[in-house]
Amino acid sequence: MFLDFFQGLRAAGVPVTITEHLAWLEALRAGLAGLDPERFYYLARAALVKDERYIDRFDRVFGHVFRGLDAPGELTADIPEAWLRRLAERLFDPNELERLKALGSLDELLEALRQRLAEQQERHEGGSRWIGTGGTSPFGAYGANPFGIRMGQHASRHRRAAKVWDQREFRDFADDVELGTRQLKVALRGLRKLARRGHEDELDLPTTIRATARNAGWLDLQWQRTRENVLRVLLVLDVGGSMDDHVRRVEELFSAARSELKHLDHVYFHNCLYERVWKDNHRRHELVTPTEELFRHHDRETRVVFVGDASMGPFELTHAGGSVEHWNEQPGVSWLRRAVAAWPHTVWINPIPEDHWTWTPSIGMVRGVFEGRMVPLTLSGVERAIDLLT
Amino acid sequence: MHTDRFQGTSTYVATEDLLVAVNAAITLGRPLLVKGEPGTGKTVLAHEVARSLGRPLVEWHVKSTTKAQHGLYEYDAVARLRDSQLGSDRVHDIRNYIVRGRLWEAFESTPPAILLIDEIDKADLEFPNDLLLELDRMEFHVYETRETVKALHRPGVIITSNDEKELPDAFLRRCFFHYIRFPDRATLERIVDAHLPDLKATLVEQALDVFQALRDVPGLKKKPSTSELLDWLRLLAAEGVAPDRLAGEARRDLPPLVGALLKNEQDTFLAHQALRRGRTR
Repeated sequence: MFLDFFQGLRAAGVPVTITEHLAWLEALRAGLAGLDPERFYYLARAALVKDERYIDRFDRVFGHVFRGLDAPGELTADIPEAWLRRLAERLFDPNELERLKALGSLDELLEALRQRLAEQQERHEGGSRWIGTGGTSPFGAYGANPFGIRMGQHASRHRRAAKVWDQREFRDFADDVELGTRQLKVALRGLRKLARRGHEDELDLPTTIRATARNAGWLDLQWQRTRENVLRVLLVLDVGGSMDDHVRRVEELFSAARSELKHLDHVYFHNCLYERVWKDNHRRHELVTPTEELFRHHDRETRVVFVGDASMGPFELTHAGGSVEHWNEQPGVSWLRRAVAAWPHTVWINPIPEDHWTWTPSIGMVRGVFEGRMVPLTLSGVERAIDLLT
Repeated sequence: MHTDRFQGTSTYVATEDLLVAVNAAITLGRPLLVKGEPGTGKTVLAHEVARSLGRPLVEWHVKSTTKAQHGLYEYDAVARLRDSQLGSDRVHDIRNYIVRGRLWEAFESTPPAILLIDEIDKADLEFPNDLLLELDRMEFHVYETRETVKALHRPGVIITSNDEKELPDAFLRRCFFHYIRFPDRATLERIVDAHLPDLKATLVEQALDVFQALRDVPGLKKKPSTSELLDWLRLLAAEGVAPDRLAGEARRDLPPLVGALLKNEQDTFLAHQALRRGRTR
C-alpha cells in the first residue's frame, strides 16, 4: 500500500525519492504517527513533500490511496463553462456534440467530458498522464492539478486572432517551476558582471604580500571589497494568444533566471509591447504599469530580455488601434523602437524554431526593429543572447 | 518539566501538523526545513523548541556572504603569522588558530543542542550543497589538525527559508519539510491570546476584522504578518484606542496606527483606496 502511494505520488508529479520514502517508513516505525490518521497524514507530508507547490497534488494522491476518495486529477469546479464547451468541441465529433447540446446542463457536460478524458487517458499513456501532448489537449503534462491545466485554447484556434474577447486568467509563470533548468541556469551565469561593492572586508592577498615585502617583512594587511553581481536584468514576457504553446518553456527560463540573478525584474505584455505592461497576471487589468515608467525605472545599463514569439497580425505592429485587446494610440512598432532606444542592451528570445521565422512576416519586422538581435529559445540561443547582452 | 516531545508553549501556538514535523525531525535526527510567509514565526520556532525541550540553542544566521565552512571552523592564518612575527609560543600548536563555527559548537554540546540555521536561502547557491555531508553524518574533518569532529549527539536542526532561492534537490531529500501557512482566524485568536492575554475581547475582535480586511487588499507588496499584528495590538492597547474606532464607518478609513501594519507608502495608498471603496476583495 505504501509503495502504491509512493508510485502514485511520482505519477502525479510530486518529486519523491527512495531516500524520502525510507525516511518516512523510519519515522512510522519510530511511532511518530501513533494511531492517529491526521498525524499519519502530517508525518507523510513532512517527510515526502519538500515544496509547498506540491502539497496540493500530494493531498489528492493521499486521499486517493488512503481513503479511496476521488481519483487524483479529476475535474473539479472553477472551470468556466465556455471553456468546457470549447474543450468539448475538440474531444467530440459533431454528431456527439449535437447530442450533448440536447443534454444541455453543465453537470451532464462535465460528466461526459470526464468519461471521455478517462477513456483517452487509458488508451494513450497507461494512466499516469493526461491525453495528448503538443497543444491538442488543454491539459499540461500533469493534469493532476486544476492549475496544471494549461491555458485554454479557445482564443488561438488560428494564429492571427482578430479579437481576444476572453479575459482569461493566465497563470503566473513563476508559480510552477519545472525541473531540468540546470542547463539554462549555467548559461545564465554568463550574465554575471561582478564588481566590487560594500565594505572592505576581504583580504587582498597579492597586495598584502607586496605591502609586507615593502614593509621589510613586517605584516601589513591590505583589504578589498567583495565582488558582487551588479547587473540588472529586466524580463519582458509575452503571455497569451499565440504564446500559449510556449508557456512551459518560458516558465523554465523564468525559474532559471530567478535563482541566478539578484536584480531581476519582470513584466508581462500581450503579443506586442504597447503603452502599458503588468506584473501580475491575475491582476493584469487592475495593476498596470505605463511602459514610459518602465523606461524611467530601468536605466540604459539594464539588460532587457524580451521573450515572445513575435507572431501576430502585421496590423498589430504597424497601426494605431491594431492591438487585439484594446485601443492603442500609437502603433506597437513605435513602442518597440522606443524600447530598443531606451535600452541599448536588448535581445529578443523567440521560442519558435529559427528556421520557421521566415513564415510569419511579423517576426521579420520585430527582428528588424531589434537590429537582428533575435535568438531561438535553445541552449545555444540563450548563450548567443548572453553574448549579445554583455 | 521537560519531555522529549515538543508540544508548543504558552507563548507559541503550534498547529498539529507543525508538532508532528518538529518531533519527527528531532526524533530521527534529520534537519527540518521550515518555510512560510515572513512573520509567521519560523525563527521563533527554534527558540521555543529549544526552550520547551530544555536544550541549548545554537543560532547560525546566514548572510549573503556566509560560506558553509564558516559553520564548521576557520583557520586564522593571519593571527598565526602575526604571532610568529611576535615570537609567541602559541604559534607551535595549530589548534590555537582553529576557530570553531556554529555547527561544531552544536556537535559538541551536551545535552544535545537545537541548531537554528536561519534564512539559508540568503547564502550562495552552493551553500546547502556544501553542508550535505555534515548534516547527514553529523561529522566533518578538520584538515589542519587531521582530526574528525563527530557529533556527540545528533543536534536537532531547524532550517528556515524565505524562498529567495531554490534549494537543491539533494539537500531537500535529506530534510523534513513544513510550510507554515498564514494562521486562520481561530489560530490567530489563540496566538493573540497567548501573547496578549489582558487585551479586551472586543478590541481584539474588531482589530482582527480590520487586520484581515487589510490583508485582503489586492496588490499589497507586503501583507501584514502575525508579528506585525501583535505589535499593532500592543500599540493600540498602549494608546488606549477604543474598540469602536475600529468598527462601523471607521472601517472606511485607514485604521489608527496603521504604520505598524503597512510599511511602505504605496501599500498604505492602495489600502486607503480599497477601504474607501469598501472593497477589499
